[in-house]
Amino acid sequence: MRISRGDVEHIARLARLRLTEGEKETYGLQLSDILEYVEKLKELDTSEVDPTSHVIPLSNVFREDLLQGSLSREEALRNAPQAADAFYRVPKIIE
Amino acid sequence: MSGYEAVIGLEIHAQLLTESKIFCGCSTRFGAEPNTQTCPVCIGMPGVLPVLNRRAVEFTIRTGLALNCTIASYSRFARKNYFYPDLPKGYQISQYELPLCRDGHLEIHAGGVRRRVGITRIHLEEDAGKNIHQKDSSLVDLNRAGVPLMEIVTEPDIRTPTEAAAFMKKLRNILRYLDVCDGNMEQGSLRCDANVSVRPAGSTGLGTKTEVKNINSFRFVEKALAYEIRRQMRVLEEGGRVVQETRLWDPAAGVTVSMRTKEEAQDYRYFPEPDLVPLEVGEEWIEEIRSTLVELPDKKRERFMSEYGLPEYDAEVLTEERAVADWFEEAVRLGGSPKAVSNWMMTELSRLLNETGREIADAPITPAHLVSLLKLIEEGTISGTIAKTVFEEVFRSGREPEVIVREKGLVQITDTGEIERLVDDVLSANPAEVERYRKGEAKLLGFFVGQVMKASKGKANPKLVNELLRRKLS
Repeated sequence: MRISRGDVEHIARLARLRLTEGEKETYGLQLSDILEYVEKLKELDTSEVDPTSHVIPLSNVFREDLLQGSLSREEALRNAPQAADAFYRVPKIIE
Repeated sequence: MSGYEAVIGLEIHAQLLTESKIFCGCSTRFGAEPNTQTCPVCIGMPGVLPVLNRRAVEFTIRTGLALNCTIASYSRFARKNYFYPDLPKGYQISQYELPLCRDGHLEIHAGGVRRRVGITRIHLEEDAGKNIHQKDSSLVDLNRAGVPLMEIVTEPDIRTPTEAAAFMKKLRNILRYLDVCDGNMEQGSLRCDANVSVRPAGSTGLGTKTEVKNINSFRFVEKALAYEIRRQMRVLEEGGRVVQETRLWDPAAGVTVSMRTKEEAQDYRYFPEPDLVPLEVGEEWIEEIRSTLVELPDKKRERFMSEYGLPEYDAEVLTEERAVADWFEEAVRLGGSPKAVSNWMMTELSRLLNETGREIADAPITPAHLVSLLKLIEEGTISGTIAKTVFEEVFRSGREPEVIVREKGLVQITDTGEIERLVDDVLSANPAEVERYRKGEAKLLGFFVGQVMKASKGKANPKLVNELLRRKLS
């Protein structure tokens, strides 16, 4: 399965990555290789195998609805590249 | 415009009334100072793990049962991947192919039509934060990130904006009855997006749909949909084609506008959430939750009609809110006559609640107060007119009706001699009207009654006033 340049550009846009022409070429080939490898798995007969989303045989892990305290605003904002007063500050979102 | 019909499906987001967030112990309280209710889990620090809030699951199952859904014995969470500044992890934990509830329905009654609206699914997910847009940057408050949301998706069974509004109103009432959501559209704890298309009336195929977002008030449900349907019909009539897109309702302009952003990139790459184990809900748990279900508005309305002999209209109004229905039943339990209690609640009480912007539960007046007041009227101690004044006073102060009546000297005048004096005064002060009445203008009686009542400051027994007037004027 070959991945087109358009596919690479689409995926890059979803991941907010800016790729050079060379990178588009490289990643296109690498992604194609990965898909080909996965294609191989399809040759296996899995009709008797349950789909596995989790490998741990566990379900229903809950916490009770109790308050456990939060970070102070100063702590929460400490790692933010930019903060303004009480908020995280980000590049202008264009709607 | 005839010749077309609309097809509407709704996607509703309801914030659950849990104390803490869905995957961490931060508070969900509305209106807190920005960024004071967050922790490493809900702001997406590396290495943290979400743990599911049991109550959020219970609330969703409770809602599913109330909406006649099948509760999935096995469901799981999924990651919905997209980048937006209010989504700190770069993905939203939601449910995708295995939601908690599915295949339910809700019956609505609107514009003379009874319609069963299918509920496709109800799933559980986390809310995102809030953005504030400024001139050259945007600000983000993550208090809301991780607040539990229920997403309720209907089948495209709704045909008119009126039906959509009726559905939203009924759903809101049920969610409030169930105590799972406060139903406040203006504050955003209940949000509604609509998928709308139009087609030639009578056809069964579906036209191209648009998704209308930002309908943030009950008033706008009808307005936004009516606008969008008209817009699509006009496009078709002019020989054009409806474009599949997301449109934002602009309440100020009263129109929907195309949201031409990266809508082509709706590639969420869902996959099972590896950080959360699956959810298995057994019969026993479902039955335990079912046993805690309260009587819902439809059932209560029917019971109010059969048990208390109320007209359908009264029963409908009184059962919209659980607190109102409980107030009514308490008053009846204390000895109030159902119809009298209903009348007072639907007129004076409702008016005063509206005027003061209060909820019935916070009003100083109690069912016991109303019952005392009804007794005072029944015994003839006060007139109906005076009772309204007393009611208002009790509503504002929470004091006993008897005390107010005594203190203000509002006891009804039933002394015939005293009323007769007032009647005589009124008749001699209005000789022209007396003349006209005697010549056959019978409707002037109301004028005389009004004058006498006014002279007595509302305290005269109206029945006696009527009797005396008729006698004197004959």
